[in-house]
Parts: sequence; structure tokens; C-alpha cells
Amino acid sequence: MRIVVQSAPFDFGAEAQGFASGHKDMGAIVTFTGVVRDLEGDTLDRMVIEHYPGMTEKALEKIATEAMSRWGLGDALVIHRFGELRPGDMIMMVATAAPHRVDAFDAAEYLMDYLKSRAPFWKQEFTSDGGAWVAAKDEDEDALKRW
Amino acid sequence: MTITVLYFAWVRERIGLPKETVETTAATVMDLVEELRAREERYAMAFSDLSALRVAVDQDLTEFDATLDGVREVAFFPPMTGG
Repeated sequence: MRIVVQSAPFDFGAEAQGFASGHKDMGAIVTFTGVVRDLEGDTLDRMVIEHYPGMTEKALEKIATEAMSRWGLGDALVIHRFGELRPGDMIMMVATAAPHRVDAFDAAEYLMDYLKSRAPFWKQEFTSDGGAWVAAKDEDEDALKRW
Repeated sequence: MTITVLYFAWVRERIGLPKETVETTAATVMDLVEELRAREERYAMAFSDLSALRVAVDQDLTEFDATLDGVREVAFFPPMTGG
């Protein structure tokens, strides 16, 4: 299991390749990457992600540890960036390794659902009108109920 | 007791600082919120709607009725938007 919180970009290809290598007993590797999306009807100049150093790592470790035990994963990876990002930049990625694909997919969805509402990150979007904090969605909170 | 209080996102902006040391006798998070609210308008504004806020005690998410016994760090912030 590996948790990385950093401002620098990450190399998705190298991370995915590194993660997928060396698992003889894991038949399924799932990766997900989140990308900064431009706004509908407006132009996003930049996104700034704030986080709570210390708690962020602790929360991500807790979420990933739960996924590891619940789906019997061989490995899990979470990389999440903070700081200033532009449309098209990769914000984060998760990867899961399991013997079979259903567990790998479910565990990746679980990681995503939880790190959306239980990891202390806050997004602020900047347009020509200035900055606005991204509000949490009820559906993101509701998504936790299925687990 | 002395507690480090942290603010994030718009809570930080409304209060105007990211972190401060607070000398308090508050028994629970809610008591601490009441003490802060009574300080100045900007605190009252930031803490006006607690349903829009989340709290972490020693870096674990908790509820406003949580005890502050033995606690060193309290953080207030809006619902998280990771991912």
C-alpha cells in the first residue's frame, strides 16, 4: 500500500506500470485518474486545492487500509495532488490489485467515494470573476451509503 | 488548557487566519465554538451555520459534541471536496 500527497505532477504511465508489475497472484489491476475539468459555460483559469497536512495522509491510509482488508487486495495506491492545477491536469489517481476484477473495480470505487468526502481536501475554482469554493454534493455523501 | 485551532477553506478566509493557539476551559467542541463565537463578528459569521461545517479533533473527523479532554488540535472546515 502506498499513499502519496504532493503538489508536483505524477507520471501516470510510470505509476500504473510500476503498480501492475510484480504481482503473480493478482489477476486484476484497476486504475482511475481524476482530471481537472473545464467549467460548463465559463473558462476555468485554475483550480487550487488546499489540504490538511497530517490529517490528509492519516485519512487516506485509513481508507486504503479498509479497502485492502475488505476486498482482500494485494496492493493499493493513492496519489493526490494539492496546490495549483490547470484544466487537463491530473489531480489524483488510485490503483487496486486483486485476484479478480470485480473486487479490484469495487475497491477502486470505494477509494474514490471515500476520498471525495472523507479526505481533507478543498477545491477552489478561479475564473475571470475570481475564486469560488467548490461545494460538496449531496450525491457524494449519499454515495458512501452503498458501502 | 492550550489547544491549537486550525481553519481551512472558506472558514480560514472568514476568520482571516489559518491557525491560532487558544487558551480555553471548553469541555467539548461545542463549548469551544461558543467561546470563539463570542469573541468577534468574524468568528460569529464563520460559525453561524454548523450544518455547513465539519470538525476534526487531533486529525480525526468527529462531531460537535466531542470532548476536548486531552485534545491538542481542533480543526474546523467545510465539507471536503477531494477526488
